Amino acid sequence: MSTAHFISYRFAQAVFALFCIVTITFFLNRFAPGNPFLDEKAIPEHLVDNMKAYYGLDKPLFTQYLVNLKNLLVGDLGASFGNKGYTVNEVIAQSWPVSARIGLCGLGLALLLGVPIGVFAAAHRNSRIDYGLMSLALLGICLPTFVIAPILGNIFGLRLKWFDVAGWEGSSAWVLASATLGIYYAAYIARLTRGSMLDQLNQDYIRTAQAKGVSPNKILFKHAFRGGISPVVAYLGPALASLIGGTFVVEFVFNLPGLGQHFVRAVTNRDYTLIQGTVIVFATLILVFNLLSDLAQVWLDPRRKLKT
Amino acid sequence: MVPHRLLALTISALAVFSTACERTDRATRAARDKILLLGNGAEPKALDPHIVSSVGDANILRALFEGLVTYHPSDDSAHEPGVAKRWEANDNFTEWTFFLRDDARWSNGDSVTAHDFVYAYSRILHPEMGSPYASMLYFLKNGEAYSTGAVTDFSQVGVKAPDDHTLVCTLEDPSPYFPDVVKHTTWYPVHQATIEKFGSMTDQFTLWQRPGNHVGNGAFRLVDWRINTFVKVERNPHYWDAANVKPNGIVFFPIENNFTEERAFRGGLIHYTYVLAPSLIDWYRENRTEVLRSETYAGSYFFRCNVTREPMNNLFFRKALAAAIDRETIVRYVTMGGQQPAHGFTPPSDAGYQPPDVIRFDPAKARQYLAQAGYADGSDVPAFDLIVNTSEQHKAIAEAVQDMWKTHLGITRVSISNQEWKVFQQTILDLNYEVARAGWIGDYVDPTTFLHMWRTGDTNNQTGWSSPDYDRLLKKAAQLSDTQARYAMLYQAESILLEELPVIPLYWYTRVYAISPHIVNWNPLLLDNHPYKHIDIRLPGDNPDRPPYN
Repeated sequence: MSTAHFISYRFAQAVFALFCIVTITFFLNRFAPGNPFLDEKAIPEHLVDNMKAYYGLDKPLFTQYLVNLKNLLVGDLGASFGNKGYTVNEVIAQSWPVSARIGLCGLGLALLLGVPIGVFAAAHRNSRIDYGLMSLALLGICLPTFVIAPILGNIFGLRLKWFDVAGWEGSSAWVLASATLGIYYAAYIARLTRGSMLDQLNQDYIRTAQAKGVSPNKILFKHAFRGGISPVVAYLGPALASLIGGTFVVEFVFNLPGLGQHFVRAVTNRDYTLIQGTVIVFATLILVFNLLSDLAQVWLDPRRKLKT
Repeated sequence: MVPHRLLALTISALAVFSTACERTDRATRAARDKILLLGNGAEPKALDPHIVSSVGDANILRALFEGLVTYHPSDDSAHEPGVAKRWEANDNFTEWTFFLRDDARWSNGDSVTAHDFVYAYSRILHPEMGSPYASMLYFLKNGEAYSTGAVTDFSQVGVKAPDDHTLVCTLEDPSPYFPDVVKHTTWYPVHQATIEKFGSMTDQFTLWQRPGNHVGNGAFRLVDWRINTFVKVERNPHYWDAANVKPNGIVFFPIENNFTEERAFRGGLIHYTYVLAPSLIDWYRENRTEVLRSETYAGSYFFRCNVTREPMNNLFFRKALAAAIDRETIVRYVTMGGQQPAHGFTPPSDAGYQPPDVIRFDPAKARQYLAQAGYADGSDVPAFDLIVNTSEQHKAIAEAVQDMWKTHLGITRVSISNQEWKVFQQTILDLNYEVARAGWIGDYVDPTTFLHMWRTGDTNNQTGWSSPDYDRLLKKAAQLSDTQARYAMLYQAESILLEELPVIPLYWYTRVYAISPHIVNWNPLLLDNHPYKHIDIRLPGDNPDRPPYN
């Protein structure tokens, strides 16, 4: 299958997947108990009815669904219920650069730390240094971000005063947020890299190269690395999507106005349109990055075929 | 060798970076510029006084708008003139005339007139507006009727502007405390031309509240608003009292995570925390008393009982439950913020109303009530549910109470269930519960803000409870112009409420927060509605002849 074929096939698949996701989200939303207008101070029923009418929620469910689909086709995600006077398009436009910056920097850090550590540990397999690094990595995986984040905030924000502990504009707290994510993903990537590098180093072609007298460094970086990095690349697709899609915990802890906050709050606010908007963004990211990582894997390992 | 050189480089870069970062913190710099940096809870839902309903949103509106009467910076019972320079009532307090100052201006320079108020009230009460807080305007004659659509002609509603600077409000019932009521955000005027430039009067989705479009009449005007980031306001040069406005600007930060907010405070990013998590209070008490504040707040924490359901429909059973709660223990070991155990429902106010002192922890009496309710001991009480909305604190309180009911009454089958906020609201609205956690914050300084809600059919009653005597007493109290006589009548009404216990009071709120010692004139207020124009910021050394605190 040619690359163009593959991409168009996957594109069609993605469109269908998005359609299903939108449909499921729409109906799950409407069947969830409560509605966007419930508030601490109870609102008289006739006012709730008027508000429902204003937002078109008084129409039959299926009509609402069709109207919704029609709007989506022209890229109109609707008005947010929770942020009055803002469209969901605007809310997402304001928040995605935040998540993108934290996510990309976090992933960059994760790769810069994780891959070399993994390769190094694999090259020194079963040595003390290997065990030491892998134990650290295990610790990094086990410590959840909601533990690492406040610790980094306390050390680098409050004690050393290198960074701010919260906020976005005019604030450096995003560095700590990226670092939190970076540490977590670095730990995972390090273990992944080590495992697959070891796998490669045990292959016959490595033995052949060794027999031919190729230098150990060349074996490690030129031969083994290309195959060894493949699982990491496969992992990068979903990882990148979830990082850019917003990571609620670090955004919450460092008070960053990213997508992750909306993703969670929209649900508690029953902000139907914003829930749908964030779900679409997240789903699209996953579909796109999975496609990219599939393509990258084939490029890395020509023995693989593009399979649908 | 390369790695070593790299390492050395990194270390020196970090060293340079860290010295570069040793700067005065944001809070100090802002203080120098007289800008207040305030933590403010959740992201505001809107900056339109007719759409919002939360306390945090009202905090921002108070900077952007000004009502007829405003809050005094330290005295809860005092009235500060706002747009109205003076006001008077007729003999039985059913008709109030406000005389507006002629130098009041909108932030675009237009005059604020009595017609702006009439327009605002016609907007908030309009049935199509669906304003969540419209019921605050039901004080006006036909206000409720217009809002429900029973009356369609707004001229029937009790608000008139005979001329540009006179506003006459005719009320449903006599309300001697009416000046307190009109301080509330729902009574703010709005600028008709601005609202209608961006849509129809009743549009929920409206761009008029955006920076650049927003027009208010407060001491400050809107500069910037970024979702989940901040709302920035600056001194409004058109404000009638601009010369006496102390801060040059305010930045409101939506920080929902209490611990993040506290770190931001300690890290010098904000001057004031919206809340302080209970687990941090002790640390502050020991280490940072100069920034810790714990103040009485007009709020009541209680349990609603659904009196239409077994076993809560049994009066003696409700009495048994109420008497078996050791409130002292709850405020001391669970909430830890210096809250006051409630002996009535309405929080007492030093100068004003004192609620009946009848709710007591009395295990012996509780067991007696249980027997009167027809249960030999707690084990034959049918299983029931205590529901709370998701929160560590609510859960902890519920668990403490569950344990007390078990210890003192032997009731074993009480389950606690946690419901997410909107589900919780729906459950209570549908009367689909037995006991539910609740809280109520006063809207104005008068006991009626706590007692009206228990009238038959009130939207906030939500217990299924109804008492003709209670309704009658409240109605009668409304006819009384003498405050003491009226309080006495309300006291009688509240006694009925506490006798029948559709609600089980637990404690009265305190506001616990941290505030920078540089902030001056931020005084304890029952409703916590601080008039920002009086808040000053002084750094040590600014004014050596004046103490930094007051």
